[in-house]
Amino acid sequence: MKVLFKTLGFSLGLTLLFTLVTYLLPQVKGEAPVEKKVDLSSLTMEDFIALGDDIFHNKGTCTLCHKPAPLGRAPDIEGDDMVAESAKRLADPRYKGDAKDAEGYLRESMLHPSKYVVAGWGKKGSNDSESPMPPVDKPPIQLSAMEIDAVIAWLEAKDGNEVTVALPTAAAAAEVAAGGAGGDAGKAPAPAATAEEALAKFACVSCHSLDSKDTLVGPGLVDVGSRLTSEQVRQSILDPGAVIAEGFPPAMPTDFGAKMTVNELEMIVKYLAEKKG
Amino acid sequence: MMKQTRFSYIRGMMRPVLMFMTVLLFTGMATLVLAETGAGSAQARIAPVGEVRLQGQPPVEIAPAAAKAAEEKAELEAAPQPRRADYPNVGMSSRAIVWVLAQMHLFFGALVLAVPLFVLMIELVGVYTGDERYDDMAHEFMKISLTGFSITAIFGGSLALALFMLYPDFMGYMMHVFGAQVLVYASMFFFESFFLYVYYYGWNAFRYGNLKWVHLTLGLLLNASGLTIMVLANSWATFMMAPSGVNEVGAVVGNIWEIMKGPLWNPINLHRFIANIGFGGAVVGAYAAFKFLSTTDPEKRAHYDWMGYTSNFIAILAFLPLPFAGYYLMAEIYSYSQQMGITAMGGILAWLFIVQAVLIGTILLAGNFYLWSGMSRTEGSERYKGLIKVIAFVLVVSFLIWVTPHTLILSASEISLLGGSHHHILGPLGIMPAKNIAVNLMLIATFLSFQLYRRSDKVATVRWAPLGNALLIGVYVAAVVNIIFLGVYYGYFTNTVYKVGSSVAQVSTTLVVIVAGLVIDTLMFRNAKRLPSHWGRIPDRAQYALFALPIAFTWLMALMGYVRSSVKTHWHVYTVMKDNSPDNFIPTIGYAGNMITLVTVLFLLCVLFMFWVANLSGSRQAKPEATAGGEA
Ligand code: HEC
Ligand code: HEM
Repeated sequence: MKVLFKTLGFSLGLTLLFTLVTYLLPQVKGEAPVEKKVDLSSLTMEDFIALGDDIFHNKGTCTLCHKPAPLGRAPDIEGDDMVAESAKRLADPRYKGDAKDAEGYLRESMLHPSKYVVAGWGKKGSNDSESPMPPVDKPPIQLSAMEIDAVIAWLEAKDGNEVTVALPTAAAAAEVAAGGAGGDAGKAPAPAATAEEALAKFACVSCHSLDSKDTLVGPGLVDVGSRLTSEQVRQSILDPGAVIAEGFPPAMPTDFGAKMTVNELEMIVKYLAEKKG
Repeated sequence: MMKQTRFSYIRGMMRPVLMFMTVLLFTGMATLVLAETGAGSAQARIAPVGEVRLQGQPPVEIAPAAAKAAEEKAELEAAPQPRRADYPNVGMSSRAIVWVLAQMHLFFGALVLAVPLFVLMIELVGVYTGDERYDDMAHEFMKISLTGFSITAIFGGSLALALFMLYPDFMGYMMHVFGAQVLVYASMFFFESFFLYVYYYGWNAFRYGNLKWVHLTLGLLLNASGLTIMVLANSWATFMMAPSGVNEVGAVVGNIWEIMKGPLWNPINLHRFIANIGFGGAVVGAYAAFKFLSTTDPEKRAHYDWMGYTSNFIAILAFLPLPFAGYYLMAEIYSYSQQMGITAMGGILAWLFIVQAVLIGTILLAGNFYLWSGMSRTEGSERYKGLIKVIAFVLVVSFLIWVTPHTLILSASEISLLGGSHHHILGPLGIMPAKNIAVNLMLIATFLSFQLYRRSDKVATVRWAPLGNALLIGVYVAAVVNIIFLGVYYGYFTNTVYKVGSSVAQVSTTLVVIVAGLVIDTLMFRNAKRLPSHWGRIPDRAQYALFALPIAFTWLMALMGYVRSSVKTHWHVYTVMKDNSPDNFIPTIGYAGNMITLVTVLFLLCVLFMFWVANLSGSRQAKPEATAGGEA
């Protein structure tokens, strides 16, 4: 009996010692990706970029490989300016893909990683002809087209580059709006329901007159529909500096693109394009 | 008298230690139960897996193109994609239930698979040497593991039941994929049982001459059915990790052979086969150690000492090639999916390889300690006293290198600062190269211990003995230098791609030492002069190494099972069938530690029961006096 207790005590003690070791290590949980609802009627470019950031670090498991040296197993795409890198890749004589610009290159890298393998990072023994990266639209990563866009938006935006991807389609947004789904109100100012509301929300009327040609800070907009196409209207809102109406200071805010929801922007554009004086 | 006082001293120590352990154990269990019932966290557990999707829109279809292809061929059936509500809720974590049952089944399965394997080997040795002691020992090994077969079946049955009840969709899919193969598996049990009972109970009936060969054949058939069972079951585990024979949506497109023969099947078969032998040897060693400690009869002590030595020999011999099989497995995982490989070695699971290091270190130290203690059996061992100190030093230093480089305690904010797992300064020391140097040095040191032990009762008589020794020393020195150079150079001065390659070179170096050592010693000690050796002449404390071995092995096995299962992340069948259950996350390592300790303790108790039953058959109650009187 004495032997039994001694040996049993020894064995249990050792078991507990091993358990203790696990307690000393960092207690991290590997969460499965959690469902995120994106309400387009309140989605801004800022949100979209943040979504890309989140996908990159969590659901996309990109940081498993894309980490700063010496720990990384892939190029440090978070640390590098990927728009600049993309230009270099496209200029490389080894490049045989179909991309023409940074956005195209980034999308291609995610969907068809082996089209162009960054030198030194190919699968062992493949002489950089095969990428170890899994296509991100296939399991196990399995990102949707919208999620891939979000990641690209983030990759472009994080180094201050221009974001070239469009927000998810307005058609879908309109449908969503019609469905009357309630977004998470309270977080951001409630999205406007009509063009008038939107114009008020973004305080357009404090600089523009909507019912005359009079100039306040900016030009009057009563006839804007006859001067500009809706494409041009959209551009003037998203990128006011591109074409400045003659004689005006560059006073218009440049962050509407990030602040407006897809829906709001479309409503405003439509409303203004119909204003023909 | 010396002994007396030492014992009472130890006993005095034991009580507080035991009490402390008990308290620890109970707090461990209590936290476990709390974690289990997840008091208050039910809501948290119910967050479903998901994709980002447009509000008001249906969920994005998984691989729609492939699904369309599946529609065209009507008989193709994609893997089910159960929603969270499809998983039965039994009020506690389903995963925890399956975890415990599966691990218990695996432990006993591994044990009863391994024991007949080395029993057959020992029986063969007995036949060739004509030494009946081998035959008796083999028979005794069988005897003590016999109940294990029933225990395996009981846990297997409970596991199947639990799986079908708790994961009906998943099990439905697995049955759909494997179909009749499962029936083959079940039928193998009948063969296994048949051969087992005839082999065991026929031991003395078929003992000599031609009948002995009949008996050996029975043993071979027993092992054949056992191995078939193992590889069939392995294919389920490997299918879940790396599905083959099915298309992207899990519809069966190949035959059963294509399904079974996934890229990880053979690596797992090999690794488990070797690991099981080591595990089996370690467990029966504990039996021998226990019997040794329980008796004072010198003859019995000699017998159980020898039995313990043989068990340790089997365990360590099987252990030495394990890391190689481990690398092979890991390399195949990487080549199947870089993503999966990195999830195991570079993500949050990376920490757990520190625990693996502690366990393997324990196994090595215990095995070595036992060998050194065993040298007291022979009179020729004095020669090696000095070397042993060096070996011990190398082992301990390597062990420390293996374990300490990672910062052991990090706060939560530090973890997020490090991006989850690695420290930017300590990290480089924690990555494989430094550890690889240590592991290989430890293996070499262990082999050296083993070699010294084998030499300790012999004196070489061949003329070239000094030359042979010099050659051997040269091999050892060159190997050590090479391993350190490879590790440092490729580990720290080139990029990741070469690191894996360098570890292969290191491992090959170790292998060369083992082979060279065996060859040189075999040639050199031909017709060597034998020094007297005495079984049973070994200190009691050495026997504790024989307990440390199975405990560490058991724990290690459960730990690696956790890795194997966790690298699939939130998939039942990787890339094919998502796990949408509340338990689809990778639990923290502390939680896993609790579960592992729970199963280890359960296993310990079951093994105790198994040994107790084995001993019952040998004892016979004396006829009670009263009855005898009544009859008179
Ligand atoms: C299993 C490891 C792994 C994972 C996971 C992974 N990548 Fe990669 N990725 C690589 C490797 C290796 C390369 C370099 C080889 C190549 O060009 O394909 C690479 C290249 C890239 C490139 C091109 C980089 C350049 O410098 O040209 C981009 C962009 C990229 N990955 C994005 C991602 C995104 C986004 C994710 C997550 C959704 C991701 N990767 C997940 C391994 C990975
Ligand atoms: C660095 C080398 C190693 C790697 C990468 C590795 C990896 C693994 C993996 C992934 C598994 C899961 C397989 C499963 O449970 O189905 C496993 C199982 C196991 N490993 Fe290793 N291993 C290594 C070395 C070792 C060593 C040195 C031991 C020594 C004891 C060992 C003992 C085991 C055992 C006992 C199992 C369980 C086998 C079973 O369940 O049948 N491994 N290993």
